[in-house]
Amino acid sequence: MTILAIDTSNNALGVAILENEKVLGEYITNLNKNHSIRIMPAIQTLMNDCERTPSDLTKIVVAKGPGSYTGVRIGVTIAKTLAWTLNIPLVGVSSLEVLASGVGRYFNGLVSPLFDARRGQVYTGLYQFEDGQLVIVEKDSLVMIEDWVEKLKITSTPILFVGNDVELHYNVIHQTMGSQAVFASITEKNPRPSELALLGKNKQGEDIHSFVPNYIRLAEAEAKWLEAKGIK
Amino acid sequence: MKKDQWIMGIETSCDETAVAIIKNGREIVANVVASQIESHKRFGGVVPEIASRHHVEQITIVLEEALLQAGLPIQEVDAIAVTEGPGLVGALLIGVNAAKAIAFAHNLPLVPVHHIAGHIYANRLVTEMQFPLLALVVSGGHTELVFMKEHGYFEVIGETRDDAAGEAFDKVARTLGMPYPGGPHIDRLAHEGVPSIDLPRAWLEEGSYDFSFSGLKSAVINTVHNAEQRGEKIKPEDLAASFQESVIEVLVTKAKKAAIEYGVKQLLLAGGVAANKGLRAALSQAFSNYPEIELVVPPLSLCTDNAAMIAAAGSIMFEKGKRAELSLNANPGLEIEEYNH
Ligand SMILES: [Zn+2]
Repeated sequence: MTILAIDTSNNALGVAILENEKVLGEYITNLNKNHSIRIMPAIQTLMNDCERTPSDLTKIVVAKGPGSYTGVRIGVTIAKTLAWTLNIPLVGVSSLEVLASGVGRYFNGLVSPLFDARRGQVYTGLYQFEDGQLVIVEKDSLVMIEDWVEKLKITSTPILFVGNDVELHYNVIHQTMGSQAVFASITEKNPRPSELALLGKNKQGEDIHSFVPNYIRLAEAEAKWLEAKGIK
Repeated sequence: MKKDQWIMGIETSCDETAVAIIKNGREIVANVVASQIESHKRFGGVVPEIASRHHVEQITIVLEEALLQAGLPIQEVDAIAVTEGPGLVGALLIGVNAAKAIAFAHNLPLVPVHHIAGHIYANRLVTEMQFPLLALVVSGGHTELVFMKEHGYFEVIGETRDDAAGEAFDKVARTLGMPYPGGPHIDRLAHEGVPSIDLPRAWLEEGSYDFSFSGLKSAVINTVHNAEQRGEKIKPEDLAASFQESVIEVLVTKAKKAAIEYGVKQLLLAGGVAANKGLRAALSQAFSNYPEIELVVPPLSLCTDNAAMIAAAGSIMFEKGKRAELSLNANPGLEIEEYNH
């Protein structure tokens, strides 16, 4: 069992190879640089360094969003095409779940991974570890950060915020929630591709042809068109 | 005996997800096009974000269908040719990344293709190219006269300074209240009308092979507005015929002049607007007295965006040693002269 995990859904770019019970290798950057140029060479380098060839792969796991529309499409297109052409299973995992998974494992409380979505909005969800398994408490959505922290405050449970974009919203979170809000250290802020591989390890393969990113939002033109037609 | 050459082409520059496989550069063995036009009609034009989403939905389906049609395992393919640009960046990215994934998975060479080079090479699927030649490229995004002295060498001798011819067709169609895409509607209407309305022709300065269609487009819009204000009704058929005649006259006259000046053996028609019946008829008329210049007009299915043309251009570029690394990116503004090999 050799899993290739790919994440280009947000600013961090990640690739990992997980083989049986071992993470063979992991490549990660947190740079605002073009994913389309860098992802395939990153995959190739990691595979070469790990002395694995494409025919050794038994599964592809991809971060399916939410995130940058273009970014997530790059990873999903590569993952779909690789899985299809190598005739191996494809598994998609929430990009937020990947963030929550790394640091949340040893946290006694709820985890709110987040990516900034501009204009005061964030992509986030609520996760919790139960008996070593990551459980979704609140599914991924697009919310105003102000509304989100008000809602979390009522839980009276410690909330761990994780992600590189948390600092953009630090003031709002801290002012509303005070010590109820816990913040991950900088070494835990990147989504880890090895976590992505692990999360996908025991998941069933999905239909490759119909696999699409989880954009959360409709394309703007589509939303306006539906609105004009009176469909909500 | 020389081994057969098999090239897979992938094209996603606008609103068609297309994959094709061709043999020895000229024979189509698979040609699959998934058009998104029905989806974009709602918006009166191609919406880039929606085009990108559809490409992701379609890409592996189209790839699989092409291999099935060809009855060829992917390992037998000699190279993957993909449209690098120009086009919509988000749309191009799907084809480019799918191509890179396949090339990586099977250790195959990757050949980047310029979209317009593809349109020109669609002609090689009809007949062998004879150099020097001139290509008249007319599409929604391009109006160019491209001179080729040999394979893989492109020199733009004239291009539009404002709107592409296809763009003018779409805008005029909209003015006449016709749905997107307007080109075919204008062509159909034009055949039912008479070119009785006086519209300008932009010849530009003496000796220039450049084009300009924005003045013509404005003249059409003004004609409609003025008639409305006077309470008159213009026959859309006549307006379409007059507009089309103006566009075609300029295109054909300049193409003919350039073909003679450059002493070419062939004039190739390329691009989506090449599907226009009026343009096809006018060109054959214009070149009927020049038997030394062969006029090549591809069938309609090869004029609009497809991947067979990308594979056809890719075949030549592959032979010429053109390769891309796995760092290949979409290049939405790629110039054909930067692409020369
Ligand atoms: Zn085109």
